[in-house]
Amino acid sequence: MIDTPNSYRTQPDSEGHFGAYGGRYVAETLMPLVLELEAEYNRAKADPAFKAEFDYLLEHYVGRPSPLYYAERLTDAVRAECDESKGAEIWFKRDELNHTGAHKINNCIGQILLAIRMGKTRIIAETGAGQHGVATATVAARFGLPCIIYMGARDMERQAPNVFRMKLLGAQVIGVESGARTLKDAMNEALRDWVANVDDTFYIIGTAAGPHPYPELVRDFQSVIGTEARAQMLSRTERLPDLLVAAIGGGSNAIGLFHPFLDDKDVAMLGVEAAGHGLDKQHAASLAGGAPGILHGNKTYLLQDEDGQIAEAHSISAGLDYPGIGPEHAWLKDSGRVEYTSVTDTQALTAFQLLCKTEGIIPALEPAHAIAAVVERAKTMPRDKIILANLCGRGDKDIFTVAEALGVEL
Amino acid sequence: MTRLATPFSPDRPALVAFITAGDGDTAANLDALVAGGADVIELGMPFTDPMADGPAIQEANLRSLGAGTTTADIFALAAAFRDRHPDTPMILMGYANPMVRRGPDWFAAQCRDAGVDGVICVDIPVEEDAALGPALRAAGVAVIRLATPTTDAARLPFVLEGAGGFLYYVSVAGITGKQQAAQASIADAVARLKAATDLPVAVGFGVRTPDQAAEIARVADGVVVGSAIVELIAQHRENAPQYVEAFVASLRRAMDGARNTEEISA
Ligand SMILES: Cc1ncc(COP(=O)(O)O)c(C=O)c1O
Repeated sequence: MIDTPNSYRTQPDSEGHFGAYGGRYVAETLMPLVLELEAEYNRAKADPAFKAEFDYLLEHYVGRPSPLYYAERLTDAVRAECDESKGAEIWFKRDELNHTGAHKINNCIGQILLAIRMGKTRIIAETGAGQHGVATATVAARFGLPCIIYMGARDMERQAPNVFRMKLLGAQVIGVESGARTLKDAMNEALRDWVANVDDTFYIIGTAAGPHPYPELVRDFQSVIGTEARAQMLSRTERLPDLLVAAIGGGSNAIGLFHPFLDDKDVAMLGVEAAGHGLDKQHAASLAGGAPGILHGNKTYLLQDEDGQIAEAHSISAGLDYPGIGPEHAWLKDSGRVEYTSVTDTQALTAFQLLCKTEGIIPALEPAHAIAAVVERAKTMPRDKIILANLCGRGDKDIFTVAEALGVEL
Repeated sequence: MTRLATPFSPDRPALVAFITAGDGDTAANLDALVAGGADVIELGMPFTDPMADGPAIQEANLRSLGAGTTTADIFALAAAFRDRHPDTPMILMGYANPMVRRGPDWFAAQCRDAGVDGVICVDIPVEEDAALGPALRAAGVAVIRLATPTTDAARLPFVLEGAGGFLYYVSVAGITGKQQAAQASIADAVARLKAATDLPVAVGFGVRTPDQAAEIARVADGVVVGSAIVELIAQHRENAPQYVEAFVASLRRAMDGARNTEEISA
């Protein structure tokens, strides 16, 4: 555990380090580009026109603010199963109602505006679940830029609807056959593209990871989630929530919800990693089962063996199927400010169905992990407590995976 | 350190030859590199996620890991090479995570004990030097830095801070095994780099044929060849050493010829 800082909201330092994590572990060819991006991001932050355009697009194109919703029937279902005094209220930040169906678009709007400021004319991205790929293809179409999406071949199979969506939006989707053919391999391939196209290409990274300044700028763009939720909660209940919960792949929706609350010391936070088949089997919980190391431009917790070879992650959710995590979460874990837990494929599937039946909301498999953890926590917390979870994506893309897991033929 | 300085003489450019450790019969292939006339051995440490490599070296990494190669195996190969070839410099090339896994001091000590003269780490730029550089320098192992077409004049002195051995000029912005840069741009870049450092300058990425090696040998202190050798190993497996030796000898001959014609015409 590190010393308690005065504020948890001042990371990273000028070199992009979140405590011992983060940094800029990239090849020399990319280093000048990463420095240029940092300089441009700093200029953009100081430019009111940049913020105005970002806010305008979030409101009129994405559909923000997203609602804050009290899930009364889910809360009742939990209360029916626990001690009378227990059963905290469950609230959702409804980022699944965003244009394109997930939180990913918040970040893509910010990054494409940066790309345009920098005069870049070609967009690339990696994607796992395809949500970031769809969001990137969407903003590329909106601004008329050619777009190439790298996606693991295995993910293309399990997220076929999103592959088609990206193509409809005019993107070229390149299947990646190396490794486990999932998100990690797609990111390798996107980095290979970037290093070979340094002059005209902007790489829109989809989560709060990668070399500095990506973890910082993705967090800042996603912080609209927590900033809105904090204000909405105060105006609706005149208080702050007691516990925030979010699923973690790379950690962008979670940091987006958490960051604006980090200095509210009475607000507890829980990040939910994917435990896949179980923490003793194949999983994607890098904080629970990994160790610090260096991959994809940053130092962070990684699933790896004793020689530093990266392990293949597994989760039923393609969006959580990654052996690393954003560096700010690594720091928040070590500092003790945020608690992290994990949820298996089976638990997530149960929570997925529970939300469908109690609230009439089909969640993505990623937030289904958060919901599973919420249900467990709610049972242990008094009735007057409030849990706020990020419902960061909708489940349309996942119905085939869920049908298969439930043994249903479509 | 001195072992690494020897092969770079002003009138005879060095041939730096790369193979991936644990891909095929590495000991025999290393001997073939030396027999063919390689002056510096660059031994690749396999990694699951070789982000800076093209298909040929990616596949070599995966073949090696698939065969069960460990970090201990790599140092054993290096130490045995050092016993067989006391004077041929050897450097390790690879990615950060396997190098820092047991701590930078552990890695640096292993390098020193195995007779490794220098290390190239693809994804530790000078900004993150603290992750490995101080430990290597303290152990007397050279930190070999990369300069690229995106490294401008303002940045170059920073890249050279703490650098040792030689300066590796990556002649194209891209991954290994792809196209080569235009000769004129290489000549310009090498001149610019040599004006900024006393370190020898070796040029690599996309050098595949004796003719290309010869052209670069006219302007640089060293030529790095990797993917073309790795492809021979993939193609010929257990018979690879004879092909590797013949190919390396053809590179060496072409490079020698390049400097000789230059002197005659001068
Ligand atoms: C709906 C949804 N939630 C969560 C994630 C995980 O990413 P992150 O942890 O960056 O929010 C993804 C990734 O694809 C996603 O599509």
